[in-house]
Amino acid sequence: MIVQALAFYLFAIVAIAAAVMVISARNPVHSVLFLILTFFNGAGLFVLMGAEFLAMILVVVYVGAVAVLFLFVVMMLDINFAELREGTLRYLPFGALIGIILLAELVLVFGAWTAAPEAATFAGDPGRMPAAPTNTEALGRQLYTDYIYLFQAAGLVLLVAMIGSIVLTLRQREGVRRQRIGDQVSRRRDEVVAIRKVESGEGI
Amino acid sequence: MDSLQGMIDAYPWIGDYLLPTLLLLVQIVLIVVILLLSVAYTTYAERKVMAAMQLRQGPIAVGPFGLLQPIADGLKLLGKETIIPAGANRVVFVIAPMVTFLLSLVAWAVIPFGDGMVLADINVGILYLFAISSLGVYGIIMAGWASNSKYAFLGALRSAAQMVSYEVSIGFVMITVLLCAGSLNLSTIVESQSGGFWKWYFLPLLPMFVIFFISTLAETNRAPFDLPEGESELVGGYNVEYSAMTFALFFLGEYANMILMSGMTTILFLGGWLPPVDVVPFTWVPGPVWFAAKIALCLFVFVWVRATVPRYRYDQLMRLGWKVFLPFSIFWVIATAGYLVAFDLLP
Repeated sequence: MIVQALAFYLFAIVAIAAAVMVISARNPVHSVLFLILTFFNGAGLFVLMGAEFLAMILVVVYVGAVAVLFLFVVMMLDINFAELREGTLRYLPFGALIGIILLAELVLVFGAWTAAPEAATFAGDPGRMPAAPTNTEALGRQLYTDYIYLFQAAGLVLLVAMIGSIVLTLRQREGVRRQRIGDQVSRRRDEVVAIRKVESGEGI
Repeated sequence: MDSLQGMIDAYPWIGDYLLPTLLLLVQIVLIVVILLLSVAYTTYAERKVMAAMQLRQGPIAVGPFGLLQPIADGLKLLGKETIIPAGANRVVFVIAPMVTFLLSLVAWAVIPFGDGMVLADINVGILYLFAISSLGVYGIIMAGWASNSKYAFLGALRSAAQMVSYEVSIGFVMITVLLCAGSLNLSTIVESQSGGFWKWYFLPLLPMFVIFFISTLAETNRAPFDLPEGESELVGGYNVEYSAMTFALFFLGEYANMILMSGMTTILFLGGWLPPVDVVPFTWVPGPVWFAAKIALCLFVFVWVRATVPRYRYDQLMRLGWKVFLPFSIFWVIATAGYLVAFDLLP
């Protein structure tokens, strides 16, 4: 238990410190790197809570894919750091306001939160716990049986977002010479090579 | 012995915390030492095998058959000076090789070397491996950015785009294997293939096996997908500015990743530590030996490919990843799931 408590405090402190560094680092690339550290410690906290599947998905999706794209974009930007600093004070009230609203909402949710009503009845009688050996399996059963329509709807929302972003960024340009792999592969020798007998002293 | 028992009784924390920690440390050191030795001799094997394929001799000067060559190379790198470029972002520049090296070691925690021989037998082992391998891109992209050099940056961008692209199809290949095995635990996945080599997943899932192997080539930035370090256009890729031990860490990390990917191929498709046939002379050989032999086979194919196949062009690489492998692997996931459900074979 002591080890778990120590691990919790380690992850929690590093997560909060890294989160503070995300907003206070001078260099945006450093900010993204600290953001990655925060995600990582969040995953550690998930593992401590026994939610190993969520922890791994957090690392795969957020650290492995989303943060890479952030890093790509931030590295490509040509940013004037001094100019960036100037705006900070102007945006501070907005940032603080959003932070306070989020905090209030979290407090409200936490105050009104109770564990699922079915779960409360299991507390006295562990024998009635649904038989799901691992956390991944339990999550899968919940998602694909009880919440299948919501799950499909979430997938559709993502699909629409994907199509939307492709439509927004796709542009058709005139006069672009495209490579057609099929044509290249199906090209035959006799279509492109001709062997001629050339007499010496004469051209073709 | 009595006094030791007495000490454990007197101070329960010794038995509760100290001894397990020491045991864990010994196991970790053992794995790391064996891994680093394998990395050293993978480089040697690569040079020898490529030399044989190109009718050369390879390293012969240091020790018998040049066997001490990797050690001489390591010592040489250790003795050199670490140069940090003037325009580099010092902290990130130094952290990048450490990240690469660390990630290549950390993944081995969940690899089962034999029946029950695994450091951490976690239930989401395969997801852990996937997560760690998707983090590998950070070492490279940080190195490229922190070097403050055009070549390094271009190499890093290429590498990152390539690794992110091929990870997607690796993920789908893993899902097909998971469907067949019915578990995310690596030991269970290996055990579900027991009964002889015709039960290993490389036969029923042959197309996925091929896709997985090619994707691991791309994921480890090996030939024919070694564009990040395409020396003809980028000098040496993301690690041009690195020297001495910082370079050595990248090098070690890269080869450790190759071995790791071969290990993943072995676990997912070649039956891990299981013998090819369950009859007597084969079952006498201990599991870790089979595991190592299968990894060596995969590594040989890695080298073989490098010696034979010319480098891909970058747009062709992206086309292969997104337009060929991705649709095909999605189709195969659906086909496998449909087959398993239709014939009621789900584990």
